[in-house]
Amino acid sequence: MTQTMSAAAARKASKKTQHVRSTGDWITLILLIVAALLVLFPLLVLTVNAFKTSADYNAAGPLSLPKHFTMEGIVSFWTTTKFPLKFWNSLVISLVVAVAAVVLSVLNSFALGIGKVKGNTWIVLAIMLANMMPQEALLYPLYTMFKQVGLYNTKLAIIIIFTIIQSAYGTYLLSSVYGTFPQAILEAAAIDGASRWQILRKVVLPISWSTISVLFVFFFVWTWNEYMIPMAFLMGDDVQTIPLALATLQGQRTMEATTLASASLLSIIPTIIFFIIFQRKLSQGITAGAVK
Amino acid sequence: MSHKTKRGGISMSRLPGSRSAKFVPYLIPGLLGLLIIVVIPFVWNIYLSFTRWRGVGPVKWVGLKNWQRLFSDSTFWISFANSFWIIVAIVVIPTILGLFISSLLTDVIQKKFGGKMASFLRALFYLPQLLPVAVAAIIMGWIFRPEDGAVNALLSKLGLGFLQHNWLGSPDSALPVLMFILVWIQLGYPIVIFMSGLQRVDPELYEAAGLDGANWWQKFRVVTLPSIIPELLVVILTATIGALKTFAPVYLLTKGGPGTATTVPSYYSYNQFFQVQQVGYGAAISTALTAVIIVFSIVFTIVQKRVEKELV
Repeated sequence: MTQTMSAAAARKASKKTQHVRSTGDWITLILLIVAALLVLFPLLVLTVNAFKTSADYNAAGPLSLPKHFTMEGIVSFWTTTKFPLKFWNSLVISLVVAVAAVVLSVLNSFALGIGKVKGNTWIVLAIMLANMMPQEALLYPLYTMFKQVGLYNTKLAIIIIFTIIQSAYGTYLLSSVYGTFPQAILEAAAIDGASRWQILRKVVLPISWSTISVLFVFFFVWTWNEYMIPMAFLMGDDVQTIPLALATLQGQRTMEATTLASASLLSIIPTIIFFIIFQRKLSQGITAGAVK
Repeated sequence: MSHKTKRGGISMSRLPGSRSAKFVPYLIPGLLGLLIIVVIPFVWNIYLSFTRWRGVGPVKWVGLKNWQRLFSDSTFWISFANSFWIIVAIVVIPTILGLFISSLLTDVIQKKFGGKMASFLRALFYLPQLLPVAVAAIIMGWIFRPEDGAVNALLSKLGLGFLQHNWLGSPDSALPVLMFILVWIQLGYPIVIFMSGLQRVDPELYEAAGLDGANWWQKFRVVTLPSIIPELLVVILTATIGALKTFAPVYLLTKGGPGTATTVPSYYSYNQFFQVQQVGYGAAISTALTAVIIVFSIVFTIVQKRVEKELV
């Protein structure tokens, strides 16, 4: 409430002063634009070179515009790494993890935040610790366990591991949200004689939907971006994700600069599309403190 | 009526008429998962730190041997010293730059040039944060390619060809360049968080300070900084934990080298696990890293609580 009010006040204030721009304001604007361009510079250079022939690159270097526009690098990365397959692997893993981790987070938080299960503060504390744990401290035992049950080198292994890891974060965040869930609504639902399961589905879920959707988007992005555990677990070419495919290519030391540029560009396109689609949810989540 | 009501040791949920115990089934799948994926592997890893094992064959109990080795292993201490520099690159520099950039974006750009311009610039700063960290690292490695990379090409274009360098391959520049890359990746994170915190600040405070003749720096110190202390603490905590866990950029760009110039604990333990098959020693390193992270988090959280209490 106070936030929307101060935002409105800020808008009013900005309207008042907007037309009075001092030299200092313009200098600030220019400096910030230059800084933003510096941040953008690597990506701009990358994009320019993604459409260059390697002969062109060797002759004129990375800073000139392409003499002949070519899609060779993009097409070659697309076909040699079977890009659609890598995209599919990334998508399946991230999507299943996001859905499953949200479900687990909701169930856990319902029991902890609303159910106030005995020892709930300790459980939340333990979950918070689990959340901070470096993945290296779990890596080798997980590696051994999954090898033994025959799930090594499968997408399922990655899905199981990250569902649990992400749900630890989700539980930590959502249980505190449910801890402050409006008491009056719960009482009204209980008087109507609804069961716990009904209350979860018909009352708690709809009301907390916006937090849940933010969690979903973040779980998806985080899982998409994971590197270490997928690298240790996904050896086969047919199960690898996009970051792994790009890293494999980069590991070949003789790699042409333009090929790597095209491959990198292709690898970030899904992320950027995703960002454009879910921009609002993402910024909502970051600002709500839903961050690692 | 309160959910804290306890009758004869039976704890009640916040749902009238439902005992807490009735909610236990909802907790079972999640806790079972945590047990199998986090708790058991973690305890197992601690156990492994007291053994010698090459990943196959028998596991041999060696007591404190790995831990003794750890304390006298200069590479281990170097890896933590490098972590300090990684923290400078991921926490200190982006937080300071982020404070200035976010307050300029909120205080000047948003007010004088409109919210659209401010959020557009914010999105540009945030872009590297969005990329998978492995992909972002590879892109920057490409920019710093030793022979024909963009940085070297730019230097020769500017007539500074003598400054050309094998940036990530020389012991003198590998760590600073790695730090630069990490700053690039991280910068957007504090900017976005601080900007959202700054929306809370009452614009009248700025106007009042302006009427009192305060310059931008004074306003920054008196109005901006105190009002985003909570965000500042969250950024420092999460970014420090992230910095201590740094793996992918090191693995992909320098492999901890040249020599041990960029070795960090998480890369060092990975290297022991999978490259030299010293599982027990790798487990000791990763357990030590976990201990450092947990101790830091607990101490920091206590400080955080105290500071926030003082603010209220």
